[in-house]
Parts: sequence; C-alpha cells; structure tokens
Amino acid sequence: MTELFGVPLAVLSGQVMIGLINGSFYALLSLGLAIIFGLLNVINFAHGAFYMVGAFVSWGLLTYAGVGYWPSLVLTPLIVGAFGAVFERTMLRRLYGLDHLFSLLLTFGLALALEGVFRWIYGAGGKSYPVPPSLQGVYNLGFMMLPVYRAWVIVASLAICLVAWVLIEKTPLGARLRAATENPKLVTAFGINVPLMLTLTYAAGVGLAGLAGAMAAPIYQVSPNMGSSLIVIVFAVVVIGGMGSIMGSIVTGLMLGVLEGLTKVFFPTASAITVFIVMILVLLLRPAGLFGKDK
Amino acid sequence: MAHRYKDFRPRLVSDPMRYGLLALAAVVALAAPMAIFPLFLVKVLCFMLFAAALNLVLGFAGLLSLGHAAFFGGAAYAFAQSAKVWGWPFELSLLFGVVVGGGLGFVFGLIAIRRQGIYFTMITLALAQMIYFLAVQAPFTGGEDGIQNVPRGTLLGVLDLRDTHTLYYVVLAIVVICLLLIRRTVHSPFGHILGAIRENEARVTSLGLNVSRYKLLAFTLSAALSGLAGALKASAFQLATLTDVSWHISGEVVLMVLIGGIGTLWGPLVGAIFVVMIGHFLATSGLPVSLVIGVVFMACVMLFRRGFYGETVEYLRERVLRDVSLRATAGREGQK
Repeated sequence: MTELFGVPLAVLSGQVMIGLINGSFYALLSLGLAIIFGLLNVINFAHGAFYMVGAFVSWGLLTYAGVGYWPSLVLTPLIVGAFGAVFERTMLRRLYGLDHLFSLLLTFGLALALEGVFRWIYGAGGKSYPVPPSLQGVYNLGFMMLPVYRAWVIVASLAICLVAWVLIEKTPLGARLRAATENPKLVTAFGINVPLMLTLTYAAGVGLAGLAGAMAAPIYQVSPNMGSSLIVIVFAVVVIGGMGSIMGSIVTGLMLGVLEGLTKVFFPTASAITVFIVMILVLLLRPAGLFGKDK
Repeated sequence: MAHRYKDFRPRLVSDPMRYGLLALAAVVALAAPMAIFPLFLVKVLCFMLFAAALNLVLGFAGLLSLGHAAFFGGAAYAFAQSAKVWGWPFELSLLFGVVVGGGLGFVFGLIAIRRQGIYFTMITLALAQMIYFLAVQAPFTGGEDGIQNVPRGTLLGVLDLRDTHTLYYVVLAIVVICLLLIRRTVHSPFGHILGAIRENEARVTSLGLNVSRYKLLAFTLSAALSGLAGALKASAFQLATLTDVSWHISGEVVLMVLIGGIGTLWGPLVGAIFVVMIGHFLATSGLPVSLVIGVVFMACVMLFRRGFYGETVEYLRERVLRDVSLRATAGREGQK
C-alpha cells in the first residue's frame, strides 16, 4: 500500500475528502452569513437552524409527498427562503434601527425555537435520507474509492459558491447590492427599492442555507441539532476569514474543512477543536481575520 | 417640556416605599424555604448570581458574551473534581471554582477583546464550544454521566451543608454578598468608565484610558462570579455535567438578563426567577424547553426590550416626569 508521512494514502485522501465535504458546507453557510451581514448588518444566528430546516423540508418532501431529490433541490431553498422572507418582513425589519444586539438575540431565539419545534415533533434521533439513484455508486480513482454523491456535493457547492460570487461581483444586480451595502440612503435616492432588496437578500441567504441542508441530508443524519452544532464552527470560520469578502469566506471554509480532515489523521483527539485553535491563532496574529477589511 | 428633564434622575418611589420593598424582599428571602422546596430556591439563587455576573459585562460594559457557560460549567467541574476526587473542604473547592472560572474568563477575554461588537460575541461562543468539546473528551469529566455524588461537606467545619435549609441560608448569604459587590462595582469610578466604554469606546480611548484593560478586568470579574455560581450549583445538586458547559446555558442566562432588564441591578434577579420557573414547570409538561425559551426570547426582543424590571422603572419614571412638568407649569401660571 502506498504511504505518505507513514499514513496509508487511502486513509489520508479519504479524510481530505471528508474535510472537503465539511468545508463545502462551511463555505456555503459562511457565504450566506456574509451576504446577509454585508447588507443587513445582522448576524443571522438562525443560519444553522435554516440549514437544519432545509434538511427536514427535503426529507419531508420525500417522505410525505414523494418528491424526489432533484425537484427538492429547487423546492427546498424556495420554501426556506419564503419562510425567511416572512420572518424578515414581520420581525427582523423592526430592529434595524436598534443596537445589533437585538437582531442577534432575535435570530438566536428563532434558532432555539426552530430546534425545539423539530425536536418536539421528530425527537432527538436522526432520520436518514437515501442517496438518489442517479448519484449512487463509487468512482475508483486507483488510490481511493470516491462515492459519486460525495463528489457531486463538492462540485455542486463549489459551483454554487462561484455563481454567487459572479452574481454579486459581476452583474448589475450585484452592483446594486454592493452599492446598497456601502450607502443605503444614496441608493434609495436613485429609486431603488432598498427595503425589498433587504428582504430578498435575507431570503436568498437563508435559501442558500436551506439548499445546503438539502444537499447534506443524504450524507449526515437529518436531526434537529444538526444546525446548532454546525453554526458555532461556521462562526469561527467567519471570524477567521473575516466577512469582508465573498471569495474569502469560500476559501476559508474549504481550507478549514480540509485542515480538520488532516487533523483527524494525525491528531485524532484534537480534530473537534482544530477550527477553534486556528481561530485563536488568527486572532492573536491578525485580529481582523485573513480576508478582513474592518479596523 | 419634558425633554428638559431628560437627564434629571427623579426618585421613582418614596423612601418609605423603597425601604418597605427592601424589607419585604428580605422577609421573603428568609421565609421562602418554609413554603418552597429549598433546593429549588438554591437553584434560583445560583442563577440570580450567574445572571447578575453576566449583566456586569452585558449591561454595564456593553459586551454580549455567549460563552459564559464555560465559566459556569468549568467551575462546576472544578468544584466537583476537587471536592469529590481530591477531598478538598467546601470552602477551598468553592475558591478553586472561582479561580478556574476567573482564569478561563481572563484567557477568553485576552483573545475575544481583540475584536469588537458581534465578532466579540461569536468568539466567546466559539471558545466556549471548544471548552465543551474538551469536556466531552477529557477523562475526568465522566463524559455523558458527568461527575456525580459530589459531597457537600461542611462550611468551616461547623455548618452541615447536607441539611438543605442550612445550605439555602449559606448560599443566600454568599449570593447577597456578591450582589452587593456587583452593586459597589457598578457605582464605583471603574463602573462609570465601563459605562462610558459602552456608550462611546473611541471617546474613552481618546481620554487616555486603556479600554482593553478595563474590558478585560470586567470580563474576568464577571467570569469569576459566574464560576462561583457554577460551583455553588455543583455543590447543591452534587453534580457537574455537560449541560452546565453547553451553549444552551449561555443562551438561557442571556435571556434572564434580557427579560429582567439589561443594565439594571434588580432585572437579572427577576429574570432568573422567571426563567428557572419556566424550566421547572416545563419539565413535567412535555413541551421542549428550548422551544419555549426561544419564543420568550423573540417576544421579549420584539415587545419589551427593557425587560420586566426595566419597563416598570421606565413607566414610573415617565409618571414622575409628567408630575414634575405639570407642577412646573402650574407653578409658573400661579405666579402670573
């Protein structure tokens, strides 16, 4: 068997792949957080909960309505996004003029409530979501076996991140979004409906979290606490990367996922806290974050 | 008219009323164990101290920490380990809990204070989660079971704390002393500087004060008091578990401060009673605690951001101001 640093290559590449998958989800979620924070100035604590709801919606569509994986990839973000839009319109909007603290606490409350609702209905145990038939099987890469679904998740989430980046950085819509981030009053004066833009941005951000949840359903167990255990790590990722740049959150997410996978190979006991250790180091050496632009 | 009196701090209740209320609170606190299960009251007291300690940084320095469970739970483990495995006496274990809580707070503070605002909050949450993962893995914490059957011991070798009534009065005394300490801190020059940092950090820096040092000191003090609360809870329930270090506890204690009244001395106490009672009544109802806590959180943020105590004070203040301005108007008209 081929070895690298005294570790079988198959084990090493297997962990790197798991790391890439976790990293894809870190990237998708921190991207959504960064978009919402950029325009709304709100840290969406409920982001992990929306991810969990996305997984449950996708599972529910299959279980109760027989809707398969591909249609639910479209339906889930729409449903979760619509829920987010209603939440933004009815509650979050009233807190924009106030201290950041209150919007954070509101979304924190929402996260707790959503987790509680799903635990109440479905219990703490996990539900499993079958891998769709079209994505079953494995590729034999010679040095390792790569399940098709996992390869799909990595490619798809990279593509989604890239599309989001192009949308925001290269299109007229994105230009308006960035302008509204810089100076909402001026953009309003140009006749652009900023409140609507805020709602749509929030919906898009949480829709992205819902989509991540739908993609995660066949890999992880669909359970009420899948969101809260992820969101804390994503927060650390956001602190490490800084929320200044879209590309920054994508790169940081993937990088930390891989680093976590590698730690699992070399120091298994430390893998749960890898991201936090990196966060501490970054804060000590470069407090603004790797890609941060703030003071 | 009223705006002229905006900074005027009127007496909201008359002196006899104030002393009457204080006396009533004292009587209730002393007589409560006759009517209510003492161990439940001890739990309320521990969370009162915990919430008041968090409020020291949240309310008076404007730092929202979502990592206080690490100090509370860390100290609970420290107390349990030293009292049970090492056989230390009660006072020494309690002190060890305070030192562990304060020490963790000092380290957290050193790291988190490098960033402001919401980043500060996210960092405290992430650091606390790291402590949680360490507690899951460390051999001495007993994993899911926690450290059980922690002996209560005796206070100074005289008072037997296995008697829950004695335990209650001892905890009451400790908590009251700590609350007075917090009150003293808030009204001290140090407390005023914290308030100034909350209102305008850049201004305080420009006055030549080292903002980070003040924040760090406040954070460490808050963590040490949270540690004391955690150690007291571990001694009363003879148990230290993963629940004590989980982020749900950090959230619950923030809710206590919020629902009572951020930045008030009495608010966190009111909030602690309310939230502990919610937990108590839900335990038998089958409704998940986190659902109800979450909904209460949202309702509080949307409807009464000043909290129960804060809104009451505000109501009284407006009433007094109205009286004052009415009297002033009447006085001027009488002179004509």
